[in-house]
Formats: sequence, C-alpha cells, structure tokens
Amino acid sequence: MTSLLSTVSTICIIVIAISTLFLLYRAIKGPSNPDRAVALDTIGINLMAIAGILAIKLETQYFNDIILLIGILAFIGTVAIAKFLEKGVIIERNRD
Amino acid sequence: MQRSNDLILKTTTTIIVFIIMGFSIYLFFAGHNAPGGGFIGGLMTSGALVLLYVSYGFKTMERVIRFDFKNFIPIGLLIAVLTGVGSFFFGQPFLSHTDAYFELPILGHTHLATAILFDLGVYFTVVGVTMTIILNIAADEGEEELSKQNM
Repeated sequence: MTSLLSTVSTICIIVIAISTLFLLYRAIKGPSNPDRAVALDTIGINLMAIAGILAIKLETQYFNDIILLIGILAFIGTVAIAKFLEKGVIIERNRD
Repeated sequence: MQRSNDLILKTTTTIIVFIIMGFSIYLFFAGHNAPGGGFIGGLMTSGALVLLYVSYGFKTMERVIRFDFKNFIPIGLLIAVLTGVGSFFFGQPFLSHTDAYFELPILGHTHLATAILFDLGVYFTVVGVTMTIILNIAADEGEEELSKQNM
C-alpha cells in the first residue's frame, strides 16, 4: 500500500470518528426519540464506512461481507424502531 | 385509529427481502473458505423473515408461510446428528467428515465437503430458534389485544 493511500485513509477514519462522536452526542442529548433513532441509524452508516476504510488499510477482502451485514441490520433495526414509535407494536396481528 | 398505508415500506420490503435471502445463502455456502457459515446465514434468513413480518403483519404471513418454525429445530438437530452417525457406516469415529473433488455440469471442478450437511443442520436450528423466540414474544401482545377486542 502506498504511503499516500495510508495517510488518506487514516485521515478519513479520524474524520468519521469525529462525526460519530457528534452523532453520539445527538443520540444521548436528543430531545425526542426520533432524533435518537436517526442518530443511531447514521452511526450504523458511519460504521459501514469505518469497516470499508479498515478493509483498505488492512488489505483484506473479508470485511466486505460485514459492510453489507451492517447495512442490512441497520435497515431492519430502523424499520423496527420507526414502527414502534408510530404504532406501539412492531409486529401487528392484523393489518389491511 | 386511522388505517395507515405503508406503500413505500411494503414495496421496498419485497425487493430487499430477495437481496437479504440471496446474501444469506451466499454466506451459508461461503462458510468453508471465507467468513460465514450456518450460524450467520441462519440469522440473516431470519432477519429477512422478520422484515416480512414487520411490514405485512401476522395474518398475511400466516397465509403465505404455512409451516411452523418450531419444526425447524428438530429437523436441524436431526440433520446434525445424522451427519455424525453417518461416519459409523464407513468405520470412522463419530463426526468424521470427508471431502472430494467432483466434475459438476455447470459449476465445473468443485470441492464438495460433507461439513456442509452439518452446517445445514446448524442453519435450520438457528432459523427455527430465532423465529420461535421473536414470533412468540410478538404474538403475546397481539393475542391480548385480540381478546380485548372480542370482549
């Protein structure tokens, strides 16, 4: 790996970590629950980015599955939280 | 309470569930040489099923999926035990696994191992246990609501 790529990926990880810290502030402080849900969803997206840059830094392909996995889990979790906030139940008995 | 129209959620679910199912089958078969295997494949399959249940509700899913997920647990455990017992027929110790190379019509030169049968047992057990836990916890609340409506 060239030194330029290494430097750039290190800077990118630092920037994403700072962004995750701000999102953590929103998730803790957030006045309402939807704020926290959106903050947690975005933390999941940032985790995908960190895993991708880490895969570049460690020069491995095996993190690519994990990126897709985090994306799917973040989507399912956000849908479940949104359903709970809107209706109070996540899996309804009967819906037309 | 007014009825909600979740058109976007239902449409995205029908597309995304196919992607998650394909990804779970990929993870299941990738387990021999890459990260993956029966456990994470089963969890991904149950994730796709949970997404279907969340966006369509119990009543529709009971019409779509007829079988009971509780039956998956004994089926998976039986497959796992039978792959262990199968090594007795060849005079080998319990849970001995073997592999061979085959010339398949489409896939070509393929490395097939009997460990995938054990993984299949793990897969079925994980799907059965996860779906049983989630659906029973969810159904508790729903039945309470249903009996309240009937009263």
